[in-house]
Amino acid sequence: MTLRTTRRVLIATAAGLALTTALSAPAYAEDVTLSYLVDNAPSTVAVAEQMIKDFEAANPGIKIELETRPGGGDGDNIVKTRLATGEMTDVFLYNSGSLFQAINPTQNLVDLSGEPWQADVLDSFKTVVTAPDGTVRGAPIGAAMGGGILYNIPIYKELGLSVPKSWAEFMANNDKIKAAGKAPVIQTFGATWTSQLFVLGDFFNVQASVPTFAADYTANKAKYASTPAAMKGFERQEEIFKAGDLNADFAAATFEEGATKVATGEGAHYPMLTFAVSTIQQLAPEHLNDVGFFAIPGDDAASNGLTVWMPAGLYIPETSKHQAEAKKFLAFAASIAGCDSQTAAGGATGPYLVKGCTLPKDVPPAVADLLPYFQQDGTTAPALEFVSPIKGPSLEQITVEVGSGIRSAADGAALYDEDVKKQAQQLGLPGW
Amino acid sequence: MVAEITRDDAPASTRIKPVRSPSPYPSWFYLPAAIIYGVLFLFPTVASLFFSLTRWTLFDATFIGLGNFQQFLKEPFLLQGLVNTLIYAVLTSGLKVVIGLALGVMLTSQIVARGYLRAVIFFPVLVSTVGVGITFTTLMHPTAGAINTTLALVGIHGPGWLTDPHFALISVALVDVWKGVGLAMVIYMAGIVAIPQEFYEAASIDGATGWQKFGSITLPLAMPATITVIILSLIGGLRSFDLIWAMTKGGPGFTSDVIASVIYKQYQAGFYGLSTAGNVVLFVLVAVLIVPLSAFLNRRQVEL
Amino acid sequence: MRRPIHIWGGIAAILITTVVFIVPFLFIVVNAMKSSREAAMRSFAMPAVWRLWDNLVEVIQTRDYMVLTAFVNSTILTVASVTMLVIFGAMVGYVLQRRPSIWTGPANFLILAGLIIPPAVVPTIWLLQGLGLFKTLHGLILIEVAYGLSFSVLLFRAFIATIPRELDEAAIIDGAGPMRIFFGIILPLLRPVVVTVIVVQSVAIFNDFTNPLYYLPGNKNATVQLTLYNFLSQFNTSYNLLFTDILLITIPPLIVYIFFNRQIVAGLTAGAVKG
Repeated sequence: MTLRTTRRVLIATAAGLALTTALSAPAYAEDVTLSYLVDNAPSTVAVAEQMIKDFEAANPGIKIELETRPGGGDGDNIVKTRLATGEMTDVFLYNSGSLFQAINPTQNLVDLSGEPWQADVLDSFKTVVTAPDGTVRGAPIGAAMGGGILYNIPIYKELGLSVPKSWAEFMANNDKIKAAGKAPVIQTFGATWTSQLFVLGDFFNVQASVPTFAADYTANKAKYASTPAAMKGFERQEEIFKAGDLNADFAAATFEEGATKVATGEGAHYPMLTFAVSTIQQLAPEHLNDVGFFAIPGDDAASNGLTVWMPAGLYIPETSKHQAEAKKFLAFAASIAGCDSQTAAGGATGPYLVKGCTLPKDVPPAVADLLPYFQQDGTTAPALEFVSPIKGPSLEQITVEVGSGIRSAADGAALYDEDVKKQAQQLGLPGW
Repeated sequence: MVAEITRDDAPASTRIKPVRSPSPYPSWFYLPAAIIYGVLFLFPTVASLFFSLTRWTLFDATFIGLGNFQQFLKEPFLLQGLVNTLIYAVLTSGLKVVIGLALGVMLTSQIVARGYLRAVIFFPVLVSTVGVGITFTTLMHPTAGAINTTLALVGIHGPGWLTDPHFALISVALVDVWKGVGLAMVIYMAGIVAIPQEFYEAASIDGATGWQKFGSITLPLAMPATITVIILSLIGGLRSFDLIWAMTKGGPGFTSDVIASVIYKQYQAGFYGLSTAGNVVLFVLVAVLIVPLSAFLNRRQVEL
Repeated sequence: MRRPIHIWGGIAAILITTVVFIVPFLFIVVNAMKSSREAAMRSFAMPAVWRLWDNLVEVIQTRDYMVLTAFVNSTILTVASVTMLVIFGAMVGYVLQRRPSIWTGPANFLILAGLIIPPAVVPTIWLLQGLGLFKTLHGLILIEVAYGLSFSVLLFRAFIATIPRELDEAAIIDGAGPMRIFFGIILPLLRPVVVTVIVVQSVAIFNDFTNPLYYLPGNKNATVQLTLYNFLSQFNTSYNLLFTDILLITIPPLIVYIFFNRQIVAGLTAGAVKG
């Protein structure tokens, strides 16, 4: 009896001691280690490593351990699975806009509305990381991007072409380029996601002719197939294929090859997001100054503007045990020092979403071409995925089929409308 | 399977044991496997069946009855995926049987360099599917790939192996055969070696030709090997996913989609309830095909 | 004496198999020696500069020597789970084949289910968390066993059917207990199928990508297939490093294979009992 009591006391004491040690640990333990999950794109990893280095130098006592995950759909699953099972890292990088809405931010992410550094974050970014309850749940990482056409400047000079403001001018340029024996348009269906630019990047033009499209589309009132302005993207992709304007290996070429081709002049135009500038910097640095950029032209030269992509966000899951330290890292990312750290590792690819952040003077020409769109009023529109939570998962397969002549534009648009329905139902939107 | 059970069942259950001794086939032999399988596979799977009746975001689930099954059966590419799955399964298991048997016969004969041939043909079995997929995707590139550049040397304009909708599925199936035929070969070798030599000697005395010996001795007596190869590669073919995903991701567009990749895409897109319903459909489909087939094949084996 | 057909046929077979089976591996080796830009050309040309060593060093150093950790993890994972798969799978296959009972039907159904139904990831993680096995190698080992059992049982049962029952009966008369009969008499006779199971399952588990990705997250827990994704991303693929990594992770199976080639094939063929 006494023996048993003694043992119980002993155990209780030991447990108590352990508990005290655990509780008081932060007071004298030097290091808190944060875990940080990013996608495995080399440019993301390089930027993340640089930021960790700079952050750790400024914040002794906090260490950050980097983890990577695949990108694309597999990455979406990893993020959702880890959030749903409470195993998310202390900080993670993930898309803003419709993908952000799909990870149930109200329930899973720490509310960051009250953080002092939010004052420096541009509103255009805050809206794309705002949960349905109106609270802001993320910090910006990376630069805003344009979705348009990268072009080879030497080809334009050699053939005496000028940057097209309307689709007709663009096609006329293509004819001249083809006559000169070069591939007018580069497509890279080996990486299916690259096939979506003609449709997604045309949204400025859709918005210009049907200003209510995004709202009607979300409410199940407007469809791609029945809205002529929205159909244009699919039709243009078909038109380019039928005109025989594509590079010979369009069906298998990869994103890196596309970026290299437009830089070296193997092709004249590459419809792409402007972050590709950093890829060109890695793969063909000597040709970085040969690449310019323009928005996808619409029918009307008078209304020419750019479809814009917001960068990814940094988020803290509710389950993180080091929220205070994690917030410090987010504050760093949303500061001028954070922007500079990113520029140092990844180069300047576009405007940052933090007030006071600047780009170096000698930005590459493609970035220089991008900036004016942001500096004027009414020449940008956010891509559809930032103004509507609905983005169908099969768009990239559909645009590959339309872009390689397997399916007609009208069929493709109708198929995409079906695809979108599942997503809307999954999100439980009213009207579907 | 079924025939075997009914035949064996009778004596075992009617035998009356005079002395109560522990059964030589104790039930507890099931136990370790049953616990691991039951806890880590069966239980979560059954739990997930509930989710096939819901719209599930991983974060919350809304009950929608049979809506997912309706939706899945309406999938625009389900039918095509089904046809592709069958083509793929039949093509790969057929080729593995034919080539595996031919190689098995060849390598159990007196041919030179048997060790080398066996080693070389078997080795791909050991290599990772993702690695094989990446390598062949590169070799099959329509313009720069080694296959088409070699064909161009002799004046043939090679097709886009993985980018032409007519070829993509077949190309992947051929790579699957490339990777898996070594195992079929070895299974056949085991089966052929086990055939008593006296049969062949007797046939030789009767003046049988090589083909006659093959047709009336090797082929029927290697039946157990054939059954194993067919069942293994048919199941493999029906659930085939890794290699297709590594090489074409179901593309170009949707043209090389199989059922497993259609389901996986739903999963990838975050339609978790829908993909669970798809798994149920796939299970029913494979069961409907495999159970009668294996019963049929086993019956033939018994008759022999 | 060998007949001419055996010599000429052999030479033809050597030529064909070399082209079909060796050339793709040569392609991996050649590209593992190139610079990133050269490898991106996808050509079979010899490298302009031989960089195999640099590539190897780079692959090994990537992400804090992740490849080395991965090797250790993958080896433990493979050996432990394959051992369990062989023993537990054979035990089930043996009783299932020898003593049909009311359990045979359900067991057959479960085997089929295990072969076909893809695992439910999220409920499994909840379960592993509840058992304290999530993010542990033990947990992943058990998962691999659970997912591989169906296939093992199927093979064992098919093979045990070819072993005459008279053998067990003789042993029973000699007074041997079930453990002695199984481990002393049956298991040694199963050598061919044991070898098959070992080969097929080690390859599957060593090369598994999805399960470690979900059930064993974290850099310290990496397995070899995950390392491929260091060089293969949506936006940028370094083919030279990718092929070096493929080469690197193909070497262990190659070594095992060279060492055990004889045993594998001898095991598969020699012990075969008439079917």
